[in-house]
Amino acid sequence: MNTISEEISVSGNTSGLSHVLQGGVDITHGPILYLDDITVSFDGFKALSKLTLTVEAGELRCVIGPNGAGKTTMMDVITGKTRPDEGSAYFGQTIDLARLTEPEIAHAGIGRKFQKPTVFENHTVFENLELAMKTDKRVWASLRARLSAEQLDRICKTLELIKLQGEAGRLAGLLSHGQKQWLEIGMLLMQEPRLLLLDEPVAGMTDEETERTAELFKSLAGERSVVVVEHDMEFIGSIASVVTVLHEGAVLAEGTMDAVKNDERVIEVYLGR
Amino acid sequence: MKLEELEMRYVPRIEPLFSGPGWMALGAFALVTLVVLPLLYLLPAADSALHVSSYTITLAGKIMCYCIVAMAMNLIWGYTGILSLGHGVFFALGGYAFGMYLMRQIGREGQYQSDLPDFMVFLDWKAFPWFWTGSEHFLWSATLVILAPGLLALAFGYFAFRSRIKGVYFSIITQAMTFAFMLLFFRNDTGFGGNNGFTDFKRVLGFPITAPSTRAAIFAMTALALIGVVFLTRYLIRSKVGRVLTAIRDSESRLMFSGYNPLGYKLFVWTLSAVLCGIAGALYVPQVGIINPSEMSPANSIEIAVWVAVGGRGSLIGPLLGAAVVNGAKSFFTQTFPEYWLFFLGLLFILVTLFLPRGVIGLLSPARWRRT
Repeated sequence: MNTISEEISVSGNTSGLSHVLQGGVDITHGPILYLDDITVSFDGFKALSKLTLTVEAGELRCVIGPNGAGKTTMMDVITGKTRPDEGSAYFGQTIDLARLTEPEIAHAGIGRKFQKPTVFENHTVFENLELAMKTDKRVWASLRARLSAEQLDRICKTLELIKLQGEAGRLAGLLSHGQKQWLEIGMLLMQEPRLLLLDEPVAGMTDEETERTAELFKSLAGERSVVVVEHDMEFIGSIASVVTVLHEGAVLAEGTMDAVKNDERVIEVYLGR
Repeated sequence: MKLEELEMRYVPRIEPLFSGPGWMALGAFALVTLVVLPLLYLLPAADSALHVSSYTITLAGKIMCYCIVAMAMNLIWGYTGILSLGHGVFFALGGYAFGMYLMRQIGREGQYQSDLPDFMVFLDWKAFPWFWTGSEHFLWSATLVILAPGLLALAFGYFAFRSRIKGVYFSIITQAMTFAFMLLFFRNDTGFGGNNGFTDFKRVLGFPITAPSTRAAIFAMTALALIGVVFLTRYLIRSKVGRVLTAIRDSESRLMFSGYNPLGYKLFVWTLSAVLCGIAGALYVPQVGIINPSEMSPANSIEIAVWVAVGGRGSLIGPLLGAAVVNGAKSFFTQTFPEYWLFFLGLLFILVTLFLPRGVIGLLSPARWRRT
């Protein structure tokens, strides 16, 4: 079994076309994601209230917060599912996320994993990865699409990476919960995103799977930026450099896990100790 | 492990267009509908035991038209998960487009011996309305058969899908659309013969329309069209487009966040489905000899959905079986116990929904459903 980091670097290094498609994210000034004064309200309830958050390119960031703190709404804003009432969201220096649709944002290079593992249950594991793969995703291109040897290689490498090579021909709906989580992560990697948003990626995983996932995410950071929303404190402690604590739709505290753990306000609202 | 080995082991084999038995079934169907039935209809004397009657040929041709409609419905509902309750309008538009040509072929042999169709003389019109221009040309009418339902579907679909109208809301507005078109076509002033529609056809391409050889030719063309639709559906579903369509059905948001814009795919399959219905309608009219606005009634469109549900949506052959079985039963019932037909249809639908969620085809081959 090769090391994970080796495989990632292989799967990240693909044909010239995908680099052209991926181009356009300007990170010359450092940050890959700017959220500035974002406010979102649903029927008067402020899910996000003047949220300001910056993620550096190559960073692995964890976001925690009690239920209703606005974590999922933040992801919805970044991926175009929800439009902010106020404030701006930029991907790199130049891409205004508020003006793009969900598929356009995905094409620009933001991949999202849902809280509940969401895969195409009536498709095989192989087909799930094939559908997610970065390529021309318009109708006419799909009509004529044939997998090239290079694309087959990528799918096989991802299959190995997510340890589902033995399940390639199985329907995704028949996988265990943890395997579905891995498959969804594999699908994200096939998209070759610059920024990965992961909503509770280790929910329902065994300890061993969780450990492997942490290792995988750490190896991803650097080349890609990763934002993880998680409740599992141990998991966060094992991967994060910087932790952001959300509370009532705004940033309550930000810093290393240790600093955040000892912050009075955080203890009060979240850790409850 | 070496990559080559991995690929050998895990990459699914590219499926053939049809399996061996599939090709044989198709071949048998082609033999029966293209050779055996037309010959048995044309050659033996009318009192021979082998003779196939005009009634049987027309009924079988009609059912094959319905089979095409069911396949079209299956594309949008079975594979893509979008339930249309307005497919009757596309069928009828195709029928009307070709019916215009058939009306022009009557020439001066109508009741009033005018160049205009009888209903226009009756309304005291002096000239053809503008949209009848060119309808005397077969090729233009054949083009209209595709354009009329296709453009309507394209425009309707664009606005509905762009606004992300889904599920039952979409079904309701398609139902409203076919109802609105039915009311429009009922009006005499619309220029399509009002509630009588078009009938009393005499010729098609100069051949007498009721002559056995003409009937046999149209029957064979319908069979060819049906076989073509089976090939097209299978090709489409086996392509990546097919996998995207079922992904829209199963998890549209996952698909969008994977970088696909469902709008293009939905519009494509929706318009294709409408065009196939239009072609079925155009083949239906010369065989049945009439087209009127009742084809656009909401109940007709719902019946199309029932065929597909009975046969098994999301399978290649299921909807075909469904259309054939339900319509076969319909012509049997309406002859022998006409008053019980609707009860039977309702009962059938309830039983299938309760006990056969995969339709009749689910009984025959569970595996086929799994893969598609």
